[in-house]
Amino acid sequence: MIGAAAIALIVAIALMLIRALRGPTLYDRVLAVNSLGTKIVLFIGILGFVLGRPDFLDIAVLYALINFVSTIAILKFFRYRSFQVPLMRRTVARQTQPEGDDV
Amino acid sequence: MTGYEGADLAIALINVILLGLLFVVAIAIARMRSLFAIVMLSGIYSLISATWFVALDAVDVAFTEAAVGAGISTALLLGAMLLTSRTAKPEKRSTAIVPLLVVIAVGCMLVYATIDLPAFGDPDSPANTYVGTAYIERTPQDIGVPNIVTAVLASYRGFDTLGEVGVVFAAALAVILLLGFGERSLSATIGRKDKGGRG
Repeated sequence: MIGAAAIALIVAIALMLIRALRGPTLYDRVLAVNSLGTKIVLFIGILGFVLGRPDFLDIAVLYALINFVSTIAILKFFRYRSFQVPLMRRTVARQTQPEGDDV
Repeated sequence: MTGYEGADLAIALINVILLGLLFVVAIAIARMRSLFAIVMLSGIYSLISATWFVALDAVDVAFTEAAVGAGISTALLLGAMLLTSRTAKPEKRSTAIVPLLVVIAVGCMLVYATIDLPAFGDPDSPANTYVGTAYIERTPQDIGVPNIVTAVLASYRGFDTLGEVGVVFAAALAVILLLGFGERSLSATIGRKDKGGRG
């Protein structure tokens, strides 16, 4: 049962990898990295049960947090070309001028 | 290994699969020219190698790899990419021969060196005989933390870890001073110079 789940996750990881390698646009690659991170989190959880040490779940939760933050950072970078822009739009928009849809 | 012999085959299989994925990603990184794709793939590389470290029971190394490799360094590389072009220059084929030979020679030497290593989990290996046993015996009474690596890092070598934190802090400070923040940052300066241009 756990073995089948692990195999399914490895297949999913391989598919995400193919998408990240071949992805025509940048957003394909960002999405591939994000969901590959999710699969890695699940895989570490499965690994904990394979090894008989379910406390690996803590590590998996930490990976989920890191994955989320780094995806936000990458997407913010491509929206604003900078990390220094706050995510919430302030009332007085300064010289940030987001360049929407090139990339 | 420590008790779960039934899972040995599964562990070996997982190691082989993860290393195979790492190999594929590394080849792809070496062959690609789009820097953004390379940054994304290096994030994937860090995530997969962190998983491999977890599979090898090196949980603290895996934490570091995931936080630094997949988190911080992806952001730093993106910030650096802002200052350069988006694609790498294609290099000539003839110049790639010498580095290839060097890499193959070093790889052969490393494989040759692994022959002398003790087997994985060998109870007679130096890592399992001298200081390691003392830590394993004393940690439950001295510290009371279930993870002995954590006990060694945070308690027995507490001052050493504190110094490392200082070094990492100084490095981060230097990077921040070089790249800058807000109005005075390097990217903002460049952006202001070619105003109206792209990015």
